[in-house]
Amino acid sequence: MKINLNNRDEILDLELKQITIQQLLDYKKFSFPRLIVRVNDKLVKKENYELTFIKDGDKVDIIHMISGG
Amino acid sequence: MNFNEIKSKLSKYTVGIAGCGGLGSNCAVSLARVGIGKLVIADFDVIEESNLNRQYFFYDQIGKEKVFALKENILKINPNISVEAIKVKLNPEEIIKYYKNCDIIVEAFDKAEMKEMIVETVLQNFPDKYLICGVGLAGYGKNELIKTEKFGKLIIVGDRENESNENNPPLAPRVCAVSNLMANVVLEILLGEEYENKS
Repeated sequence: MKINLNNRDEILDLELKQITIQQLLDYKKFSFPRLIVRVNDKLVKKENYELTFIKDGDKVDIIHMISGG
Repeated sequence: MNFNEIKSKLSKYTVGIAGCGGLGSNCAVSLARVGIGKLVIADFDVIEESNLNRQYFFYDQIGKEKVFALKENILKINPNISVEAIKVKLNPEEIIKYYKNCDIIVEAFDKAEMKEMIVETVLQNFPDKYLICGVGLAGYGKNELIKTEKFGKLIIVGDRENESNENNPPLAPRVCAVSNLMANVVLEILLGEEYENKS
């Protein structure tokens, strides 16, 4: 499966045709508490990580928010 | 464009700045210097001595409310711009209320959860507005890590890895660098083609 993750093409070494955002976070080992996730330019809120699927060709942004200002 | 042309273009626009700490105070001052039309600034906090290591305030302003002290400082630099100063701890409803008429919004909070809150609020309620965010600015050195990344109309400036904490504090050089890069992105957008025919 090939997606565009954070403005870079990325091949996910998975047999599945689609995966949830939560599965992608687990696969990438992204465990940050404060995340902004967008799929094809649409915000996906935390409560929908298990319900929203990512498929081949999707554009996914996962931005880790950290303190400091 | 010469400076008068730039100033005249910028005078038509309003920029909302959420937070008046290190990112917000320095970004606001730079935008004021180049002649942005109006700034909408908001913050709930009071100036402490420890803030002076990076925030655009003066020693004799310690104890004052940041948002009103910043307005004072901005107008000392450029009395020709309009500043709406709101003392408030912003939540989603207030962000919508105070920033709905802004051309661009600058996220200038300190805490990660507040950054997350404003990004979600703006992406959901104002998908057509540009939001400039500062993420990763603590410590010193590491100039080469600071970058600007675009995710549609959400633009992230910073190194995206150096979180501020007790042993990696935010300090003027890096915080001011990031806040001025954020102001620079604002100019790039407002002076760019997309805004050519907007007023």
